Amino acid sequence: MTPSALDANDTASARRELRRRKLTAFLFVAPLLLFLVFAFVAPIATMLVRSVYHPVVSELIPETLEALKDWDGEALPPAEARAVFAADLKRLAGERLSGKLAEEINRALPGSSSTIKASARKLGRMDDAELASAGGAILAAADAAWENPKIWKAIRDAGAAYTPDYYLTALDLEMADGGGVQPRDGAKIYVDLYTKTLRIALYITVLTLIGGYPLAYYLANAESKNANMLMVFVLLPFWTSLLVRTTSWIALLQTSGVVNSVLTGAGITRSPLEMLYTQFSTVLAMTHILMPFMILPLYSVMKGIDPSYMRAAMSMGSKPIPAFLKIYLPMTLPGLSAGVLLVFIISVGYYITPALVGGTDGQMISNIIAFHMQQSNNWELAAALGSLLLAMILVLYWVYDRFVGAGNIKLG
Amino acid sequence: MDVGRRPGARERRDGTTNGGIGTMPLDANGAFLSFRNVKKSYDQKTLVVKDFNLDVQKGEFITLLGPSGSGKSTVLMMLAGFEGVTSGDIVIAGQSVTRTAPYRRNIGMVFQNYALFPHMTIAENLAYPLRVRKMNKAAVKDRVNEYLRLIEMGSFGGRYPGQLSGGQRQRVALARALIFEPSLILMDEPLGALDKKLREQMQYEITRLHEQLGFTVIYVTHDQTEALTMSSRIAVFNDGVVQQCAAPAQLYERPSNAFVADFIGENNFIPGKVDRIEGGKARVTVAGGGTITADAAEGLKAGADCVLSIRPEKLFIKPTSHAYDNELVAEHVTHHYVGDFIRFYFRVAEGTEITIKVLNDLAAPDLKAGDKASLVWLAKDCIAFPA
Repeated sequence: MTPSALDANDTASARRELRRRKLTAFLFVAPLLLFLVFAFVAPIATMLVRSVYHPVVSELIPETLEALKDWDGEALPPAEARAVFAADLKRLAGERLSGKLAEEINRALPGSSSTIKASARKLGRMDDAELASAGGAILAAADAAWENPKIWKAIRDAGAAYTPDYYLTALDLEMADGGGVQPRDGAKIYVDLYTKTLRIALYITVLTLIGGYPLAYYLANAESKNANMLMVFVLLPFWTSLLVRTTSWIALLQTSGVVNSVLTGAGITRSPLEMLYTQFSTVLAMTHILMPFMILPLYSVMKGIDPSYMRAAMSMGSKPIPAFLKIYLPMTLPGLSAGVLLVFIISVGYYITPALVGGTDGQMISNIIAFHMQQSNNWELAAALGSLLLAMILVLYWVYDRFVGAGNIKLG
Repeated sequence: MDVGRRPGARERRDGTTNGGIGTMPLDANGAFLSFRNVKKSYDQKTLVVKDFNLDVQKGEFITLLGPSGSGKSTVLMMLAGFEGVTSGDIVIAGQSVTRTAPYRRNIGMVFQNYALFPHMTIAENLAYPLRVRKMNKAAVKDRVNEYLRLIEMGSFGGRYPGQLSGGQRQRVALARALIFEPSLILMDEPLGALDKKLREQMQYEITRLHEQLGFTVIYVTHDQTEALTMSSRIAVFNDGVVQQCAAPAQLYERPSNAFVADFIGENNFIPGKVDRIEGGKARVTVAGGGTITADAAEGLKAGADCVLSIRPEKLFIKPTSHAYDNELVAEHVTHHYVGDFIRFYFRVAEGTEITIKVLNDLAAPDLKAGDKASLVWLAKDCIAFPA
């Protein structure tokens, strides 16, 4: 009988064959892989790093930070350390970088900007030797704030290259004086914004589900002529520019817009309703825009469900509604969960529509991230907010996987 | 119970069909299920089913046989209640069900794709119709086990349909249609998706269950072998009309028209002209000059054109020991070796081809292409249909 085991020669050639196949497979995916690394993995990694890494102060005044290392943070720092800072400040004044330091410290201790700027102007004219011997006193003479340990503490804290501050800010928390974490004073801007974002995403998901499920059912069961035409109506807005679709909602909803004209013209309302620039308009426009993401996965799953399942249930004596709940609904679960997950995740991170039609009431978390990147130039906070958003989505996905099973998702 | 006069009206009032058929009065002619002048149109223009009439006795196995698009599935769907009836009436056990909702008809159905619910186990699938009927849990469990044993799949209750083979799924689908003891079982090409060997096995299985439990079956298929082996009676459909409804042997031996003769089994058709008809026998002149005696079908007229039908296994090649009273000379074209028999092809004048099945034994003739041979057969095996 011929043995079925491979001899050495066969093994070698089988390995070569396998290697070649793996290499070919890799070459096929390589372009996309490279693209993903540059356009997706790298930016996310940078964002994650930036949200905790902030070396500006530590690069501006490295010697001062070194000198402040052993300071206990209770009383004033020792005179030598203050003298080192005075020398650093003079150097910064000469390099025209004192403004930058002032801005950084001011973030931790509001009001310290003017102290630093004014002192830097005075120190710039001083003699180096004089600063080295009596730097502390000269600073105190320049501004009384230097007698207060608070500003020194702010300088030392701002000097840390790695900091959890941005995450704390993003969660409306701050470091307490004696260590530990405490809620920030005032309104909880970011936590409120996160909950509002989740709430809006939930509204949109539920609305697309209510609108999309029956339509997908109809599309999947209608005659192909009707179904194809309706499918075009589903896809047409999908192919139209997002901006056009959003601005058309402005035309519809504004105070003198189509809807208000009809309502007042028909005598239903006496004065026009304020619909644009509210949470309502955000939810409405996004429900419209995200509807295809719900319909398409549902449609593709329903298309594969033979009508005989429902018929079988009914022939066995089940009424249509119980048969639907017990038989049809569980079978559409893969498409349902794919649609829900897709719409929810997309709407949580949505930017352009809330920015255009949301006003102040309808802003979502991505709008505030954009604000920090474009207007307040606080990229680190923007990165921290973005990382939290990413973490939130991952947690939601994990929960979903736990209870429904990610293997159930079917996109088409 | 006065159901004879207005069965439809009574049905609509209380809206239920009763499962206990034994107590129900049957039709005047004793039929358990009757189709009366049933018609169906999908597009409001043409009829897919044209005036369908059929009476079915309790316990019968009726097969609706026909090419695809002949309306047989439509009849089944109307009976199950998934398609509306355009006009006419369907009566089960003396009650009109024409306007009864499908879930109130108490009809079990087996689908071609089995329609087992993929997210439920086999036991849950079988329990479904019982749970719908609010049967108590212990009784459901007993009944499910009983039926799992009946289909010889006792240990499969915990599996999912996806884990079963085609034949096993088919058995489960059958058990699920039977488990709630419906008055009627409908099967829509239930063996269509199985391979040949499994199909034969399942035919045997269905026949066994039918004999054991005595339910009434309406079976739809386009496979005539299946129909011939299983049915008590077969209704042959074509073009929305029943061409003939009869027991398998009669359908095969005495087809009532050329379509049935052609559709059921193999047949040879030889064109000819009727000379005269005497006592149910026709004398027919065929092209090439021969005169043939054949049974005359209904509607055959002297002097008109006709076709003669003879089955390939009823024809013999001279010399033969079989008795015969018709003879025709033909030219041998070719023959195919099939195994247990040999299939000979002959040509008579005007290009009419004739097939003969000859048993593969010592008597099988040795012919070459172009050889002339005499084909012989009995007059009673030959029917003349109007052309």
